[in-house]
Amino acid sequence: MKIAVASGKGGTGKTTVATNMAYVASCNGRSVAYVDCDVEEPNGHIFLKPQFDSTAPVGTLIPKVDESKCTHCGQCGEICQYSAIVSAGETVLIFPELCHGCGGCSLVCPAEAITEVLHETGKVQVGSAGPIGFVHGLLNVGQAISPPVIKAVKTATPLADVMIVDAPPGTSCPVIESVRGCDFVLLVTEPTPFGLNDLKLAVEMIRELKLPFGVVINRYDLGDRETLLYCQRKGIGILAEIPDDRSIAEAYSRGEMICEVLPKYRQVFESLLGKIESRVS
Amino acid sequence: MKELVVISGKGGTGKTSIVASFAALAEKAVLADCDVDAADLHLVLDPKIVERGKFSGGSRARIQSGHCTACGKCEEICRFDAIYFDGPGNGKVAKTYRIDPIGCEGCGVCAWFCEENAIKFAPVVNGEWFISDTRCGPMVHAALGVAEENSGKLVSLVRTEAKRVAENRKLDLILIDGSPGIGCPVIASIAGADLVLVVTEPTLSGLHDLQRVADLTKHFGIVTLVCINKWDLNPDIASQIETQAFQHDLKVSGRVRYDHAVTEAQIKRLSVVEYASDGIVSEIKELWSNVRARLNAEKGQAGNGDFPTRDSRRFGKGD
Repeated sequence: MKIAVASGKGGTGKTTVATNMAYVASCNGRSVAYVDCDVEEPNGHIFLKPQFDSTAPVGTLIPKVDESKCTHCGQCGEICQYSAIVSAGETVLIFPELCHGCGGCSLVCPAEAITEVLHETGKVQVGSAGPIGFVHGLLNVGQAISPPVIKAVKTATPLADVMIVDAPPGTSCPVIESVRGCDFVLLVTEPTPFGLNDLKLAVEMIRELKLPFGVVINRYDLGDRETLLYCQRKGIGILAEIPDDRSIAEAYSRGEMICEVLPKYRQVFESLLGKIESRVS
Repeated sequence: MKELVVISGKGGTGKTSIVASFAALAEKAVLADCDVDAADLHLVLDPKIVERGKFSGGSRARIQSGHCTACGKCEEICRFDAIYFDGPGNGKVAKTYRIDPIGCEGCGVCAWFCEENAIKFAPVVNGEWFISDTRCGPMVHAALGVAEENSGKLVSLVRTEAKRVAENRKLDLILIDGSPGIGCPVIASIAGADLVLVVTEPTLSGLHDLQRVADLTKHFGIVTLVCINKWDLNPDIASQIETQAFQHDLKVSGRVRYDHAVTEAQIKRLSVVEYASDGIVSEIKELWSNVRARLNAEKGQAGNGDFPTRDSRRFGKGD
């Protein structure tokens, strides 16, 4: 079972929910993997404190031109939709940071002058946090395109009974890459106008992907009732409500697991996981 | 004209609430919401749209099932796992190939190599942008279509339009609300800007993410200030952030307390400085005064970069 934890708005508690669900899932003997797909700003390691067994560079396959074979026909520049390869007179210019790695240029080149080489845009680290398998990725600072790193994180994930994917905030390509192929998406929100607006965007996105989903309302007693009413109106299941408890915020600030330092909340995550499991099966 | 970009690394640290307050404090500013895939500034500023345009970030491929001979070439060469063998049949074959529009990266390689010319490849509209009037001045904003990509291009478009508005209306500050992270939309929002303010929070996650976002602004050579929002949630980590900021050559321009007034203001669709009147307001005003002073000290792209504000307080202690 693959569960993605996402949100439109940032800072609603994705990582808190994802790490604590991984924790409670690992307590009853099943194999669990926590997969941090927020490769721009990964934080899961702060809470699960994994030991890494391996680190591998990942990235995009970019073209490399053998000038001795190149006939300067310009077809590579024509097929490229991203202006990442440009044939200019007697030379071919390559812009690695614009390349999406589609391979079109090497396929189209009639002189077979183009091969592909890895352009490192990030790295993937695999390890474990006690009984929990742990994988995360780090986009290199200055690189713009994160989906290939996210894809590599997912590929590197060991098989497990329960896989929990911690997605980045937002609703565009990095989120879509993270939640693709998951069995269930959990949207974490907070009951404020910003939280609700971004939840609506996230719901539209998940509906477009045709994935089953449910909502967690974090700090449910903080704002107004609009988020609750929206979910009721749209028939969206609210699978957990977490109170606005300063001791949770303080534990979070120190990088502590809620289930460990505030055991009264364990039951919230156990019940949440149980509800998702019954919906998936 | 100068561009100030407010970003955070970590999401949910309070960027938009800070920007909304700055919008109320700054005069003669254009507001630009560059968090195009989860825009929220409009919820506070209640924009009245006066101009709008469609955004096309690229093209997308679509198989015309009537022409498909199910040769499988497209699926074989697609690097994005976007092609499935589950399209409708036609007179020639029982099943055809189909492109998942969400998985399609818009590279066009399938269309180029399809021997039957069965694949259409054409520009698509994947967002919309707006110029609006608000009680705090003109605002440029956008909405990326559902499950769309190329948010970086849309961010660049918003910035270009904001510059045009600033020139036309003779305004000399563009106040940009950025997005979380360090990837494509963030890079598009900060590249070439005059000043970045990073809004962080006193948590280990906030500290970790601040380091990455500070490396990013350094990479692009942009002067960077830091605001520690909700600082009293963990004063020890707030101090750690100040130490780290100092080591990274970043200036901490203000601390803002944790206050329920931020949420209450949001519910009333007001900025914090419009809604509240006590401690947190003076902290935000002091932050703005420090940021404004730093902006004045930066060499602008045009003119002397001198823009008046309603708050004429002294040069703050953070700078």
